[in-house]
Amino acid sequence: MTAVRFQVAALWAAFVLCTAMGGPALAQKKYDSGASDTEIKIGNIMPYSGPASAYAAIGKAEEAYFNKINAEGGIGGRKIKFISYDDGYSPPKTVEQARKLVESDGVLLIFGSLGTSTNGAIRKYMNEKKVPQLFVASGASKWNDPKQYPWTMGWQPSYASEARIYAKYVMTEKPDGKIGVLYQNDDFGKDYLKGLKDGLGPKASMIVLEDGYDTSEPAIDEHVVKLKASGADILISITTPKFAAQAIKKAAEINWHPVHIISNVSASVGGVLEPAGLEISQGILSATYSKDGSDPQWNADDGMKKFYNFVAQYDPKANKLDAGVAFGYAAAQTMVKVLQMCGDDLTRDNVMKQAASLKDFEPDTLLPGIKINTAADNFAPIEQLQMMRFKGRKWELFGDIISSEIGH
Amino acid sequence: MSAAEEVVAEGHQAVEAVPKRAMTLGTGTSLVVLAALIIMPVFVKNFIIFQMTMLLIYGLAVLALNILTGGSGQFSLGQSAFYAVGAYTTAVLMEHFNVNYALTLPIAGVVCFGFGFLFGQPALRLSGVYLALATFALATAMPQLLKLNFLEHWTGGVQGLVVTKPDAPFGLPMSQDMWLYYFSLAVVLAIYIFSVNLLRSRSGRAFMAIRDNEIAASAMGVDVALYKTLAFGVSAAITGIAGSLGAIAVQFVAPDSYTITLAISLFLGMVVGGVGWLPGSIVGAAFIIFVPNMAEGISKGLSGAVFGVLLFLVIYLVPHGARQIAILGQQLVGRLRKN
Repeated sequence: MTAVRFQVAALWAAFVLCTAMGGPALAQKKYDSGASDTEIKIGNIMPYSGPASAYAAIGKAEEAYFNKINAEGGIGGRKIKFISYDDGYSPPKTVEQARKLVESDGVLLIFGSLGTSTNGAIRKYMNEKKVPQLFVASGASKWNDPKQYPWTMGWQPSYASEARIYAKYVMTEKPDGKIGVLYQNDDFGKDYLKGLKDGLGPKASMIVLEDGYDTSEPAIDEHVVKLKASGADILISITTPKFAAQAIKKAAEINWHPVHIISNVSASVGGVLEPAGLEISQGILSATYSKDGSDPQWNADDGMKKFYNFVAQYDPKANKLDAGVAFGYAAAQTMVKVLQMCGDDLTRDNVMKQAASLKDFEPDTLLPGIKINTAADNFAPIEQLQMMRFKGRKWELFGDIISSEIGH
Repeated sequence: MSAAEEVVAEGHQAVEAVPKRAMTLGTGTSLVVLAALIIMPVFVKNFIIFQMTMLLIYGLAVLALNILTGGSGQFSLGQSAFYAVGAYTTAVLMEHFNVNYALTLPIAGVVCFGFGFLFGQPALRLSGVYLALATFALATAMPQLLKLNFLEHWTGGVQGLVVTKPDAPFGLPMSQDMWLYYFSLAVVLAIYIFSVNLLRSRSGRAFMAIRDNEIAASAMGVDVALYKTLAFGVSAAITGIAGSLGAIAVQFVAPDSYTITLAISLFLGMVVGGVGWLPGSIVGAAFIIFVPNMAEGISKGLSGAVFGVLLFLVIYLVPHGARQIAILGQQLVGRLRKN
């Protein structure tokens, strides 16, 4: 009898022990739609067709990166299923595709969709549905608004961040300078101008003239002449490639040699500086956050070696000189990092929580020292850039990595 | 007659004469289609309902173009401009003035009627390819106009405006999508019946007389100038209402949404559906919504090329669009009955 009792007691003990140990282990595995023991579904919307289709390289690089992760065993044994649709850069189509991803394909989250107005069109929907809209590929500063839109997060430095870095540079290097600002009169230019003024803070009076131009204007010569006449000795050119080149040319023509800063958007050697003239472009300043695939100084860099190997193995058709490829690689790497941090708790809540707890993460193709940091009240992952100066035929980085946060 | 004029004169005949009875479906078929449209949302997901709503909305916009081109014989590549005006009227009224969404529809219609009627005045002097080019200019100008500085306070500039989606009224137990679908269906149905009656009326006969032969029409006492501008006005008003519904369904308006691509899509929808055949508008809308998705499914990198091939096949095999297929179907049924 006692033996039987002992057995029963032992069984009970074993049972209790099992539930005690099994309980938390089971509870740890939590899934929302789109995640399971074997798979994580990630949605994406890209302009594979239409006016912005040059950016499609980003989507292709991201897909290739996820293929690489899957080939290496996936994330915690789960394979990534990357579903990427075309919106042709048309906002109504973006809405249709986002709804298809969320309601029909049942993705866990939407990652890296491209464009400002296209992402603007789905932001409200994503937040109503409480589906993460992570690492939006657009430089607008409005993606960093965790209070109103806790399900949307940007990735790249915003135009405003970049402008604040120029403000810091100007204030330390030329504190007595007079700034003339040439800006494109649209959301890009205005975002930028606001960042510049925020960065200058009480020294905003350094700006002697703000001159806006419309993209419909064939040439901006008059604006450059006006800026010279204002007596400015620092020219901050918030321009897209065509106009940046015109401004460089015109300034040289009228023999005006200010400290000339151009936006990162127009910092292309082949697209802007060469057409404007390499001779007159010497000494122009700009800022960047990623390594340039065409620059031989990175040939021995570990991160870029990994990147070049990745391109050769998984995305052989891609042009590694295309900045979009390095961009997609680094963005996808950040996404994978977040999913790894989620562990077995693949709920949408936890994905946002982990995305907002990135600490000093360094993707392979970003400049050494640039670190991704996020917090519950900071949805702007990359906020650092490094200044660069054009010399000879290429950009030379100089100075420290500068953070754009105000008060640093 | 100069060579250019000859081309224009030939251009006129590109819109062939469609007898007015052939412009609609029979009563029986219409009721079956309507019943299908009413029952369908009960069985499908919200996402499909949303796509069906967009189908109705684009169908309405194609119908508007059909009245203009199929009815009065005037071309327009500028429908996206009217669509944008309608969409923005609704968005601004809803978001800045808190006007009820249902009330914004007639307002958008009136605004667009005025806009279309005024544009029709100078367009009177143009015909054929020249008219198409003038309207093309309108379509290219519109996105830039919407970005203008002094309008930015209202339009939100490049950032666009977010529109709040309405809930079902009277506590009806249906989702926002389903309610919006039925709301759009009611509007589309009303406008379809209006259009059919318009084309069967005195004004409709005047449109068609102008389409078939302008000189003969004016000899018969038709006020050519009035009816041509009227056709523009009506077409613009209906397109504007479609734009309004589109803004509510998509919940967002931005200049990038209403580019020339939209105008060309609508034109394409009209040709695929059959010029001058009103029910074809829905078929044409289905083509411009679903075929790009199919093309993308076949090849992502070459979706544009695949779409082109499919379009080419349609135009080559059935040049009169869905109308031709409908007629073939009718003949087949007739033959089966005889046997």
